[in-house]
Amino acid sequence: MKTCCSKPSSSEDQAPCCGPTVGRSSHGESIDPSGIVAHVKTPVGNVPVVSTHLTPADHLGAAMVRLGFRRMDYAVDPGLYAVGNPTPDSPVLVSANYKLSFDRLRQELGGIDAWMLVLDTKGVNVWCAAGKGTFGTDELVHRVQATELGKVVSHRTLIVPQLGAPGVAARKVREQSGFHVVFGPVRATDIPAFLEARMRATPEMRRVRFGLADRLAVVPVELVQGFRYGWLPALILFLLAGINRHGYDSALALVHGSRAALMLVMSLVCGGLLVPVLLPWLPGRAFAVKGAVAGAILACGIVLAGWIPMGGTGGKLDAAAWLLVVPSLSSFVAMNYTGASTFTSLSGVLKEMRYAIPLQIAGGSVGLALWIAARFFQ
Amino acid sequence: MLKYLPGVVTLQLDSDACVGCGMCITVCPHAVFAIHEGKAEIEDRDACMECAACALNCPTEAISVKSGVGCAAGVILGRLGKDGDCCVGTGCC
Repeated sequence: MKTCCSKPSSSEDQAPCCGPTVGRSSHGESIDPSGIVAHVKTPVGNVPVVSTHLTPADHLGAAMVRLGFRRMDYAVDPGLYAVGNPTPDSPVLVSANYKLSFDRLRQELGGIDAWMLVLDTKGVNVWCAAGKGTFGTDELVHRVQATELGKVVSHRTLIVPQLGAPGVAARKVREQSGFHVVFGPVRATDIPAFLEARMRATPEMRRVRFGLADRLAVVPVELVQGFRYGWLPALILFLLAGINRHGYDSALALVHGSRAALMLVMSLVCGGLLVPVLLPWLPGRAFAVKGAVAGAILACGIVLAGWIPMGGTGGKLDAAAWLLVVPSLSSFVAMNYTGASTFTSLSGVLKEMRYAIPLQIAGGSVGLALWIAARFFQ
Repeated sequence: MLKYLPGVVTLQLDSDACVGCGMCITVCPHAVFAIHEGKAEIEDRDACMECAACALNCPTEAISVKSGVGCAAGVILGRLGKDGDCCVGTGCC
């Protein structure tokens, strides 16, 4: 072990540069998100060797990260790692300290001898971190120096994931560290083929996709976020539902309030799950439009199916309210899915937000007003 | 292939400054560029998501783009004065 580890360092450098430590969770029990199985001796000390097989604990960790629970407990300590039995000639693959990025990479490296240089991206994936600059030129150069990579390997090449390119300026890395950056494929699954082909990526390896599995992968965290913000409005509607012109009736709250809460949940699921699944087939290019269309179809379906009793003025107002609220809310939730997609530009998002947000607010407010009015016709 | 709003992106390429190295083609995740007669050309402008990987890695600064993350939640949080962080644990935001 090297002496540089002993010096107390900034929060940015929680991990000793010569080898990561096992992370401590805020709940006390220890979590090792990196899967260290052994150590390999190098001129700069021992470098941890990580398994290329994921354990059930890794999959549980991945699920937790996906849902956004205790995410930082699963951040991998930045530094240098090894897979297989690497030599000074073995390639260096750069990754982020987001558990899923790290796991996806090591999982693909079975039978390959390589070094993995993990950057401190604050537990954020490569692409997002590159957009923010935390997966960037400065951190890469710093990490190369902190790990003394130049003494571990004899070559001067870093394989950086292509999606790191928004943060990594290859020329500057070379100027500042002496290492030449080769941009690897977008997906870790293509790494073996990329290495096999003498570090050449096919055009197919360079393209981001957004297939059903990709679209669904981001759904849980979006829904968890939605419920995090949505439970309070649902509770308020639940309580308000008891109001009638004679005062307050808790039996009404139970019937109408449960229905209102259910409608909110359905709007959230519509914008946050149905829209991502049906994304290629929903009309319109703006996500807000797709969400509104899906919400309108859902709301019409609910009304036509007779799930909202239409008897009397109150019932009709109720139906009208949900025909406005469900599409507005679904539109808003779907619009927020732009951040989870792989092909939306900031200019486009700003353009759709300019007209969508006023309409969503208008639809939601008028709907809410109608729904409150309906209470007085009970 | 999914397409976003047409005619909105801020991507600009200065052909005179381009040396045809192909770096933009390497880093672009949406195959926006192609090389024709030794120069890069914008072939699919509407596919651009303004990540600015090309601009950052162009050796002659021939590419400019107003970069940003196409994330409505991030924009809203930013307007509310909070950290515009939409990347809370998502796989590929």
